[in-house]
Amino acid sequence: MNGKAIRIVLTAALVAVSSTPAASQGFAGLGQGGEGFALPERGRAFTFPEDHGPHPEYRIEWWYLTAVLEGEDGRDYGIQWTLFRSALTPVGPQVWMGHFGLTTPEAHFSGERFARGDVGQAGVMAQPFAAWIDDWRLERNGAGDGDELDSLRLSADTGEAGYELSFVATGPLVRHGEDGFSVKSASGQASYYYSQPFYDVGGTLRLPDGDVEVTGRGWLDREWSSQPLEDDQEGWDWFSLHLTGGERLMAFQLRGGTPFTYASWIEPDGTVTPYYGELVLDPLDLSDVSGRDVPTTWRLALPPEGVDVTVTAVNPQSWQGTLFPYWEGPVTAEGTHSARGYLEMTGYE
Amino acid sequence: MLLSVRDVVKTYSTADGPQVVLDGISLDVKAGESLALTGESGCGKSTLLHLCAGLDTPDRGRIEIEGTDIASAADAERARLRREAVGLVFQQFNLIPSLTVRDNLTFHARLAGRGVDPATLADRLGLTPFLDRWPEQLSGGQQQRVAIGRTLAARPRLILADEPTGNLDEATGDAVLETMQEAASESGAGLLMVTHSERLARRMDRRLHLRAGQVA
Amino acid sequence: MMAAALRALGGHWRRHPLQLLTLVIGLALATGLWTGVQAINAQARSSYAEAAVVLDRDALPRLTGELTLQDFAAARRAGWNVSPVIEARVPGTSLRLVGLDPFTSPPGSATAPLGETETLVAFLAGETVLVAPNTLSELPVGLSGTGVDGIAPGIVLADIAAAQRILETDRIDALLILPTPRDGLTPLTELIPGSARQEPAGEGGDIGRLTDSFHLNLTAFGLLAFAVGLFIVHAAIGLAFEQRRPLFRTLRALGLPSRTLTLCLALELAALTLAGGAIGIVLGYAVAAALLPGVAATLSGLYGARVDGGLTLSPLWWLSGFAMAGAGLAIAGGRSLWQLATLPVLAPAMPRAWAQARISTLRLQAITGVALLAGAAILALTATGLIAGFLLLGALLLGAALLLPPLLMRVLSLGARSATGPVTQWLWADARQQIPGLSLALMALMLALSANIGVSTMVGSFRGTFTGWLDQRLAAELYLYAEDESQAREIARFLEDRVDAVLPIVAAQANLEGAPGEIYGLLDHATYRENWPLLDQVPDVWSRLAAGEGALVNEQLARREDVWTGTHVDLGSGGRWPVLGVYSDYGNPRGQAYLGLDAFRDRFPETSATRFAVRVAPERVEAVSEQLASTFDLAPDRVVNQAEIKQFSLNVFERTFAVTGALNALTLGVAAFALWASLTTLSGMRVPQVAPLWALGLTRARIAQLDLIRAVGLALLTALLAIPVGIGLAWALLAVVNVQAFGWRLPLRVFPVDWIVLSGWALLAAAAAAALPAARLWRMPPADLVKVFAHER
Repeated sequence: MNGKAIRIVLTAALVAVSSTPAASQGFAGLGQGGEGFALPERGRAFTFPEDHGPHPEYRIEWWYLTAVLEGEDGRDYGIQWTLFRSALTPVGPQVWMGHFGLTTPEAHFSGERFARGDVGQAGVMAQPFAAWIDDWRLERNGAGDGDELDSLRLSADTGEAGYELSFVATGPLVRHGEDGFSVKSASGQASYYYSQPFYDVGGTLRLPDGDVEVTGRGWLDREWSSQPLEDDQEGWDWFSLHLTGGERLMAFQLRGGTPFTYASWIEPDGTVTPYYGELVLDPLDLSDVSGRDVPTTWRLALPPEGVDVTVTAVNPQSWQGTLFPYWEGPVTAEGTHSARGYLEMTGYE
Repeated sequence: MLLSVRDVVKTYSTADGPQVVLDGISLDVKAGESLALTGESGCGKSTLLHLCAGLDTPDRGRIEIEGTDIASAADAERARLRREAVGLVFQQFNLIPSLTVRDNLTFHARLAGRGVDPATLADRLGLTPFLDRWPEQLSGGQQQRVAIGRTLAARPRLILADEPTGNLDEATGDAVLETMQEAASESGAGLLMVTHSERLARRMDRRLHLRAGQVA
Repeated sequence: MMAAALRALGGHWRRHPLQLLTLVIGLALATGLWTGVQAINAQARSSYAEAAVVLDRDALPRLTGELTLQDFAAARRAGWNVSPVIEARVPGTSLRLVGLDPFTSPPGSATAPLGETETLVAFLAGETVLVAPNTLSELPVGLSGTGVDGIAPGIVLADIAAAQRILETDRIDALLILPTPRDGLTPLTELIPGSARQEPAGEGGDIGRLTDSFHLNLTAFGLLAFAVGLFIVHAAIGLAFEQRRPLFRTLRALGLPSRTLTLCLALELAALTLAGGAIGIVLGYAVAAALLPGVAATLSGLYGARVDGGLTLSPLWWLSGFAMAGAGLAIAGGRSLWQLATLPVLAPAMPRAWAQARISTLRLQAITGVALLAGAAILALTATGLIAGFLLLGALLLGAALLLPPLLMRVLSLGARSATGPVTQWLWADARQQIPGLSLALMALMLALSANIGVSTMVGSFRGTFTGWLDQRLAAELYLYAEDESQAREIARFLEDRVDAVLPIVAAQANLEGAPGEIYGLLDHATYRENWPLLDQVPDVWSRLAAGEGALVNEQLARREDVWTGTHVDLGSGGRWPVLGVYSDYGNPRGQAYLGLDAFRDRFPETSATRFAVRVAPERVEAVSEQLASTFDLAPDRVVNQAEIKQFSLNVFERTFAVTGALNALTLGVAAFALWASLTTLSGMRVPQVAPLWALGLTRARIAQLDLIRAVGLALLTALLAIPVGIGLAWALLAVVNVQAFGWRLPLRVFPVDWIVLSGWALLAAAAAAALPAARLWRMPPADLVKVFAHER
């Protein structure tokens, strides 16, 4: 997912106060590197709960939550909630941005919030865990001995739609790449990246037509870095899949320049096998989304694990019409395996 | 001599070059005498009358009124002569439109510094009912009678009349002329009248016929 | 056929170039002044609009109180869509500082440059502020700016935190409450105890309203100038039609259909519109360009509204200029065209008959005029609202203008009756006869003169009252602004035995009768007892105020809420009090109230006194302020000399005077031109009228002199009549329009010397206007006069 969030955060910070998206500066700004910012290093071990909190010495960071849900009405839903942090300079102002997504088979609701970092309008606390922007928040639900992220409560509302969900982890945190050091390009750009992909989810969606009780599976990504993208990388496609056998698969490709792919094969017990360059992604079908051609059906194959599935969007029009727009929504997969999950795609101009 | 005109020449410049209107005219008018000035249209008779009134100046020659040469007199002196010694009667009456009949009647006399009783004058001219009217509310004959009354009231020594009856029908014209002659002889004034009418000219003491700017 | 007819009609203008010139110049002047004034107004308004876009604050409800950014965060986290704002002056300058949060403030073009990362970073870090490019140079040392075209001049946009640093405060002024999508939130006033929600200020709240009066003034001027111009055009067109009657008759006799003739004349009017309109628009641009800097300075000084001094040319003005020119010509020429189509063309033009025909017109004019004045009188007693105020002005001016010719006729009749000599008698009578021909020009002159008198009386009254009031209100010699409370205490101790008195100034924000305003605490001191003028008061007002028995309110609040002595006033968090008195408070759009110092401290115990008024012998002012500055290291703007404030205020008025003065002169100039044009065209008709007099023994010089006397005399009479009209106008402006626009009423002050000077100018203008026609008469060859008597006329 990475590049997307990076680009969004920076662009959002740029355009937060204007109506003219200054898209390219964000990308170029990344390429110029993080002079003065801390850079991810191979071999650094995570410490929890501290690392659940913000790392202001890094340029960008996010808390990224998705869930594939099934309503009591038997229909498929998906939600996304993201809190981005962006440091404009190594010592300077911190800017926060929140994104909201709620997808039904027929509709997609999105929302966004911006906040300055110096007054508590938005922020993240590691213990007890809480991440918030305005009245949108993701926070620890109840007391317990486990990890701060084991049990969470999410609440957000755009006025048009909203959700109140609880997340309970059924497995451990998983580290991507080399024990959480996640390389993003052939030339070595990297980020710190860990996830909690084992949530059971329950709660209520507030839709214009009324509330819907839902249950399903959730996935939280934590990632921070200062210089994760190559100049010539133009977009990415990111998948997170909950397989019916209990495994999880995280896979992404960065398009443009020297193509770069990565996948984490996650056993039900949380064991991660990283795959560099093994992933096969072929767009099978394009949809006209908001005036763009976006691939909403994919062939996804990871031969070493014998995976070859067709991934289909629940709602091809899952368009996040935020200041910097992108596609993000729930998917289903069929083939060698059967799965549900999330797909996000950026850079389809 | 009341009016003495000697060798007067007047030239107007026109689009076709200078045009000699009067070419060495001489004439005299004695006190109490009436002189008719006749001639074809354009023979210069009106111009001669205007020169005599000091309204314009001759190019050459002398025009004396009671011994004063008005041809060489200053503007102010000529104006004084017109005010005090000369009375003018025009074909177009030329009353002052902003003044009532009463005020028109007395206007010239008061300019000349002479007292006048408008009622008596009006009575004599048959204008009594019209004293408080405005000039344009009168008929042509009535207006001309006002003009003559205005002149008589000022008791000029010389009356200069330019086709005074030209705009009037014959009967009215005759009556107006009679009034004018009567008044002139009463006050012993000289009368110089421009007319193209033989009939009227015969009613004057003398007549002078102009042709092409010269006495015929 | 049409071409031939147009050629024949156009021949008239070739033979009367002066008349054509009059017509075109008249139209151009009218259009020019109108578009000029419009351009100024448009420019100023667009500047306000820019300011409003930047702030967008007037339309939004806000939360006030002693707020910090933590309150802002708390409100956001409770789901409220609020955005913090600080509004203050940049210390040491006259620039307005607006602090905002770029992430939550309503979007606007002014903040577009924050799309650049570097600018945003610098903005958030307080390293740059956003200002209009031409304000960059006015920024004080230590503040660097980024020029932005969308920002109104004089406004400094800063990040909210940067603004706090500039002002050395941790407070914010308010939270703007934007539409919040969710219901059922905890009310803000519960969330933030001690805060108050204010609905958008209505009347008297925004810059636009404040400056409305000024612009209405200008617009009135523009309309007046246009009306004056129309008089000229009307006269010239009327004459051109009148003079061409024989031609029309001939053309019709030769078989030109009436409709074609009318069409030809309409085409002619259209051509004149284009010519006059184009020249006028260029002229208007020049007028606007010349006056705009003055207007900008005035608006900035008077109301703190900043107007860009540069002029932008909008196509709208071209169109409106031509539209006005066309409308003017249609009004002026329409009647003539209609006459042409309906009246027999054979009617002869006889001066006296013409005048007679006008007698009934005069009577109608008199009746209409009286009716309009009666309407004005009724409006004067009952008018509420700006529209009614302007209807009153219109009725007064139009009524007076219509009454002028009948009144002049009357006066001249009386004069003629009293005249003894024949020449004087003729002069009066002749003047009477000229009235119909001159009436339009004289009406224009009177309008110009009364507008002059009215507007200068208003501005003069304003200045006189305001400066007098400043003298009284700024009775103290020095005003101090300490940096904090402890410094304030030290300063007070320091001054104790060095000056005559140290009077603390304490103030708090509150809702006065529901609208935002300030409450002050007043220490009982002779300074106030002796110097404060009260418009309304109970007996023993100062002692009762000191005893905490009630409050003083400013005139704006008193008028808006109808709270006078004998009633109670609701001061929000300041409590509810009997009104003890009402004081004048010019230049302040908001409500204000005073409580006795003790009563104030009871209500607002946390308010600190960091401001002082200091009474000290005038000769010691300088020494004391130097001592203060050196002892306490006070910035120069923290010790303010009373004289400086007064000087500043006076400068503002001088600039206002300069603008009104320039417009006055222009309007008078246009009126003089109208008079000249009328006299010149009339002088053509006058030869037959004066020739008999000449024949009867008046010299041309004398007649010319009389003509001059007559013109000057008519101007004098007009000026005399214009004085009461001007005073009426001033009264309407001060007592009706001002009250509606500003919320305060000014006493009318008259300046008879000004009237004499103005009358002098009017006479001079009339003499100048009459001089040329008179000179022409004087120099007229006798042959031309004699032609009148020639048979072949």
